[in-house]
Amino acid sequence: MTITTKVIQRPDPERTSYLRAAFKGMALTLRHMVSPKTVTQQYPEEPTELSPRWRGTHVMEVHADGRPKCVACGLCPTVCPANCIRLVGGEDDQGNRYPIVFEIDEFRCIFCGMCQEVCPVEAIHVGRDFENAEYTRDRFVYDLDRLMQQGHPSALLWDPADPSGE
Amino acid sequence: MNTPIAGLPLLLSSSIKIAIMFGVVMLTVAYTTLAERRISAFIQDRLGPNRVGPFGLLQPIADGLKNLVKEEALPGTASKFYFTLGPMLAMVPALITFAVVPFAAPLPTPWGVVDMIIADVPIGLLYILAISSLGVYGIVIGGWASNNKYAFLGALRASAQMVSYEVALGLSLIVVLMMAGNVTLTEIVWRQQQLGLWFALPLSLGFILFVVSAFAETNRLPFDMPEAESELITGFHTEYSAMKFSMFFIAEYSHMLTASALMATLFFGGWDLPGSWDDAFWYQGELIRGFDSVGSPIAAAPAVWKTLLTFVGFAAKTAFFLFLYIWIRWTLPRFRYDQVMQLGWKIMLPTALAYIMVVSGTILILEQVGVTGFLQGLALTGVSAICTVAFVFVLDRGRIIEGAAARPKPGAPRASTGGHGVISGEGAPTGD
Repeated sequence: MTITTKVIQRPDPERTSYLRAAFKGMALTLRHMVSPKTVTQQYPEEPTELSPRWRGTHVMEVHADGRPKCVACGLCPTVCPANCIRLVGGEDDQGNRYPIVFEIDEFRCIFCGMCQEVCPVEAIHVGRDFENAEYTRDRFVYDLDRLMQQGHPSALLWDPADPSGE
Repeated sequence: MNTPIAGLPLLLSSSIKIAIMFGVVMLTVAYTTLAERRISAFIQDRLGPNRVGPFGLLQPIADGLKNLVKEEALPGTASKFYFTLGPMLAMVPALITFAVVPFAAPLPTPWGVVDMIIADVPIGLLYILAISSLGVYGIVIGGWASNNKYAFLGALRASAQMVSYEVALGLSLIVVLMMAGNVTLTEIVWRQQQLGLWFALPLSLGFILFVVSAFAETNRLPFDMPEAESELITGFHTEYSAMKFSMFFIAEYSHMLTASALMATLFFGGWDLPGSWDDAFWYQGELIRGFDSVGSPIAAAPAVWKTLLTFVGFAAKTAFFLFLYIWIRWTLPRFRYDQVMQLGWKIMLPTALAYIMVVSGTILILEQVGVTGFLQGLALTGVSAICTVAFVFVLDRGRIIEGAAARPKPGAPRASTGGHGVISGEGAPTGD
């Protein structure tokens, strides 16, 4: 949105009228009353449009067979500035690394999205979601199953070729 | 056939009327709060409470229930007795003022004709002036008993404002009494029917003065000094919560309702609708509609549909003034305290006095010349119109009150009567 300025000239005091100003004000309020330009969003009925780059609670991408894409490389807990990711990696018989424990404390998370940027296999993502209220505090530590079951879409990364996201 | 109701049916009908009017007044008060919130929302391009019931229509009930079951806080240092007495004293006078307001044409029943007024007391207007000004005692006592400096300041302001504007209010009604020749509200309505003109026309300046002082009396914006949120938190009811706060709230709104009903009754013909078909008045024991050319009374024909129609008319007029209250509240900013006092003592009071002189002089001259009735009303309309124009002319354009934009140019001397106490939309002159 471009910012515009409007210079308002103060009229001559002897030519301004309190009563006229009052009536003008009443006409204005009446106009707004009969044809309100309401901008209120009726939230639960009208869902909010989130930006494609909105960074909310995390999503773990999964393979077609239901395994997490994460290879337990340890980059995301290393880069995380809030230190909210706990990762314990393991290795199976074929030598594939996989996460045994992958927990994100959404209370500590600052939603910078660096885990998503740093992930070499595009496994962990921040998601386009904000409805993450819970009844207890311990429900905010999301474990691997919960991260894999998140229903909301992942956030888009910032693209230097398209800085305004269009 | 048109005999007034008497005996046991009178007792019963009065009880029914009291019950119905109490219900109607309380419901109207409840729904005025909803109207206030929704209209203010529309004015500010919002939606307002729309969640409880269709269009938020159950919101007042939800509010009432909440306030009933809510825990009440009693400040430790408050004077317990007066703290409890305050809201009661505020609410009761505001509710009982309605008793003398006629709200519809007489209703015919098999037992006689029932007047559509709870108490047709001969001192109607004096009763209203006496009782409605009692409401401020509730505010003063409540504010003082809270033992809170903001509440106390609010109470002080309320009493000062009441004293200032009660004078102008009373004086603006003198002209109505001169036209009606009586203080009974039914007779004031009857005189307007007979004149063929509602008093708002022949007494236009009186109406303006009455509206302004009624706004000040009910402590509504732009005169809500006692509860000025930005200065005094919420003034006199800062310490009040739950049902006691609710009672102050009900008091304010029923005060508004009564003032609106009074504006309709005194200046807009009460329940009278245009035309003389609905006129009715007890004249020497007979219900009459008017007088014929030789001066003998014409019997009125009360009917149920006339009662209902006139009640709708009265409700519409009252609703309009209630809307005016809300509309002005969400348009005009609050006056400064000294501006309120200035307006009350230096403008309203002298104007009301001068206007009484003008109207009484005009009536005297017209009656000497022999002009009465409708022609007298027309002549007074002209005189009042001139007075109103002169009043507005003298008042406005920086002479006494000035617009919000009026501010001295840098270095230039102040244009109007100067410095402190000038009624303007701006604060004190900053000289920037």
